[in-house]
Amino acid sequence: MTSEKLHDVRLHVNGSVHEVRVPARRLLSDALRHDCGLTGTHVGCEHGVCGACTILVDGAPVRSCLMFAVSAVDAEITTVEGLTEADGSLSPVQQAFSDCHGLQCGFCTPGFLTTITAGLRDNPDPSEDEAREMIAGNLCRCTGYQNIVKSVLRASQIQGGTKGEMQGEIQEERG
Amino acid sequence: MTTKLFGTKVPRVEDQRFLRGQGRYVDDLLTDDPRLLHSAVLRSPHAHARILDIDVSDVLDVEGVLAVWTWEDLTGPMAEPLPLLIPHPTLTHGRTQYALAKDEVNYVGEAIAFVVAVDRYVAEDAVSRIRVDYEHLEPVVGIAAARAATRTVHDDVPDNVGARMEQENGDARAAIAAAPHTLTLELDVERSACTPMEGRGTVARWDPDTSRLTVWSSTQTSTGVRGCVAAKLGLDLAKVDVITPDVGGGFGVKINHPWPEELLVPLAAMTLGRPVKFTEDRREHFISSAHERAQQHHVEVGFDDDGRLLGLDVEFWHDHGAYTPYGLIVPIITSTQLLGPYKPQNYRVVFESLYTNTVIVTPYRGAGRPQGCFVMERTMDAIAAYLGKDRTEVRSTNFIQPDEFPFEHGLVFQDGRELTYDSGDYPASLVKLKELVGWDEFEDFRAEMAAQGRRVGIGLACYVEGTGVGPYEGAHVHIETSGRVKVATGLTTQGQGHQTAFAQIVADTLGVRFEDVEITTGDTRKMPYAVGTFASRAAVMSGSAIHLAALRAKEKALRIAAEALEASEDDLEIADGVVSVRGTDTSVDLGTVAVLSNPLRYAFDEASKAATQFSVGDPGKPPVAEDDEPGLEGKDFYSPERSTFASGMHAVIVETDPDTAEITILKYAVVHDCGHLINPMIVEGQIHGGVAQGVGGALYERMAYDESGQLLNASFMDFLMPYVTEVPTTIDIDHLETPSPLNPLGIKGAGEAGVIPSAAVFAAAIEDAEGFPIAAMPISPSELFALRLAHADTPAEAIAEETR
Ligand code: FES
Ligand code: FES
Repeated sequence: MTSEKLHDVRLHVNGSVHEVRVPARRLLSDALRHDCGLTGTHVGCEHGVCGACTILVDGAPVRSCLMFAVSAVDAEITTVEGLTEADGSLSPVQQAFSDCHGLQCGFCTPGFLTTITAGLRDNPDPSEDEAREMIAGNLCRCTGYQNIVKSVLRASQIQGGTKGEMQGEIQEERG
Repeated sequence: MTTKLFGTKVPRVEDQRFLRGQGRYVDDLLTDDPRLLHSAVLRSPHAHARILDIDVSDVLDVEGVLAVWTWEDLTGPMAEPLPLLIPHPTLTHGRTQYALAKDEVNYVGEAIAFVVAVDRYVAEDAVSRIRVDYEHLEPVVGIAAARAATRTVHDDVPDNVGARMEQENGDARAAIAAAPHTLTLELDVERSACTPMEGRGTVARWDPDTSRLTVWSSTQTSTGVRGCVAAKLGLDLAKVDVITPDVGGGFGVKINHPWPEELLVPLAAMTLGRPVKFTEDRREHFISSAHERAQQHHVEVGFDDDGRLLGLDVEFWHDHGAYTPYGLIVPIITSTQLLGPYKPQNYRVVFESLYTNTVIVTPYRGAGRPQGCFVMERTMDAIAAYLGKDRTEVRSTNFIQPDEFPFEHGLVFQDGRELTYDSGDYPASLVKLKELVGWDEFEDFRAEMAAQGRRVGIGLACYVEGTGVGPYEGAHVHIETSGRVKVATGLTTQGQGHQTAFAQIVADTLGVRFEDVEITTGDTRKMPYAVGTFASRAAVMSGSAIHLAALRAKEKALRIAAEALEASEDDLEIADGVVSVRGTDTSVDLGTVAVLSNPLRYAFDEASKAATQFSVGDPGKPPVAEDDEPGLEGKDFYSPERSTFASGMHAVIVETDPDTAEITILKYAVVHDCGHLINPMIVEGQIHGGVAQGVGGALYERMAYDESGQLLNASFMDFLMPYVTEVPTTIDIDHLETPSPLNPLGIKGAGEAGVIPSAAVFAAAIEDAEGFPIAAMPISPSELFALRLAHADTPAEAIAEETR
């Protein structure tokens, strides 16, 4: 069988440039993980349903298993590795997950973090129902989601959101 | 020590790396190694067929393909069937598959050929070019077909019966015959699966310079995989290291071992001299990993006017799939654990474990207990309905009382030990649960809702969970000269927060700062003796072993410090990593004690300079005393005489839509007793996760096999796992702590409890809302709708009269 045509692709990820050489069929998720070495983006289904592979493409949440690497040229990509603040501290969403025990095995977590980061940009002050709505497309098999909803509200609070219904409870939780 | 960490909500240390995308799961490993090869598996498209011929001639033409294996290429132990991990005398017809199918396939998804190539895409291309000639055989799909046995899965297994097992305490049939009241129930549960977000994965690297094989696997037992790999590849155990890195959830499916790929990947790595990786995709996980839950039950029960059980006779049929690598663990657990918190006086149980042409069964979170709980709690509800009594009253009548522990059931449990409950207080749990869910006020709520045209129902279910099964776990604690403490335990971790919970135990026991403790799990290089993480055993087993090992390290630290400080050991205390003489300011750092413990010949830094044989010890004595050894370490093992029994009760209020039959959860309450809680935040997280899996199992998840054995819903698009929109918005949790007398920390396991009562509790609540019996789970809105039609002839009130 003849060799596959390869494409030189320049990916802009988390503010850095990655030059990769990939066949046209290479999924963006695989390119990020295996060609760029950014293994924080996880693959849970490879058919667009679980949300584990969610990244931000020009700020919008996108399932990287449903996109080809060659179609991501010219886009500004953010993966979970890019959410951490420049000084190495956790972003409000990341911090909120730690505060509220929003993760267990951590496999689905990168997809939730990116999804919520984008969600809070659009709606910085979500109600509990809106928080639930925000994560309604992501699967988690470990946490039962209650603490992920709390994490969304807590992240909003850290960022200066005003809907503090959960605050009392979270602080009590943290003891 | 300053603050006690045991019992507090310490934030998890592992979260830091997970949140930054720095977790290391198997597929993340060796990604920057240009020599890494990838693999793909040809899987059977047929549920039952004879393999006549496999033609791989087109495969090696694919550029980038390095090798292809079929059974013909396997030699020695690799060509033999995979091990039957847990043999049992009643498993008279145990069968296991081959690493690659020999002559016959028995389920869709069975591995037939293994291809290694430069990347997974190319490996899959190659797989698609393998041609297999099959002779089709009629498949056996589902319990009914297996029982009918008009055809068999294996030619040499008559009637598809792999095992028949019976246990009896008293004379159940005579007691039922003599009882004032009797009932008969038929109860079914369907197949579901663990479905962790990360599938299975294996990477292997052979190092010719040291003749060592390193295998990374997302397993729940690294020592188990190590043993199997060594045995199958003909290597000395000492040549094989197995490391379990971060694992993206297990829930049971990753305890089976070895999976074919766990052997084929190392074989390929050794043969090709390059590292090889296998990462399962989602479809593969559905069709080639494992499922659980499918059972049919026939119950006969005899009871008195108070609803007191006089005799219980249960017969059930368990669908174990095409092979039995994990033995009879699941049905044995159902058969023993269905007793829950009750004492039936006379109990007989018999089950048959049946072959079907579907993927194998291994324990899934709860492991046979959800079915057992469903059987017992449906029976309790049926008795209450029959007698017109409150469902909590019938349960109270049958509870084992707090002063009856240890309670012996006269049966043998899954660990081969007597089924003896260690401790518990079921009446106290029930009081808490009724309060939490508002049991006594529910009729008012029902009336209020009815006035709005809304239909609601309430249900409860009680369970007991044998946790912390043996045989043992071990731990090694090493205090470095920096004062930092390195702890290794052999069992693995799949997201349960072991690094945090175990560090809490060490910090308390040893008197060191939590931040100074680092826990390693699942690495056979650091702790080659271990069993695995399953059956809610990690906290009980490794937690206890770590505590004991830390005590040993502490003893030694105190002995050396006493000498150095010229004080009596009894006057010393350790806090924040400093040993001091109580009530004085004389003290020494643990790190310094570590320096003193190890007389050195060579100095390589300040600490070691202080430890040379010219600085420490009495020159009149040997540097290391005869009965001592260098280093500040402690190692110990914990091996319990039997399992410890956690317990709990759940209650749920549901609303069923009068038109669409949709089921909505209005309130969910949990009372849970796992003895002393190491970290209540983690325990509550386990409950949340368990409840979500339970909701899935009760209302949504099923394996939709068609009659030819094709799994029709082998994707997340079609297999319905709960999203946030399907779980209770809040779960009210109350704890009860009846410590276990069996281990030094008084703990019981907590990992599986959340999922055990789900089918039972939802069935009860839906039945209560609808007024007709619910006998099969899961239940979808369309099934509920069909039941409504079937019961439409009887006015709802009349049925309610009869069943409430
Ligand atoms: S991996 Fe992309 S959505 Fe599941
Ligand atoms: S934390 Fe394990 S899948 Fe979400």
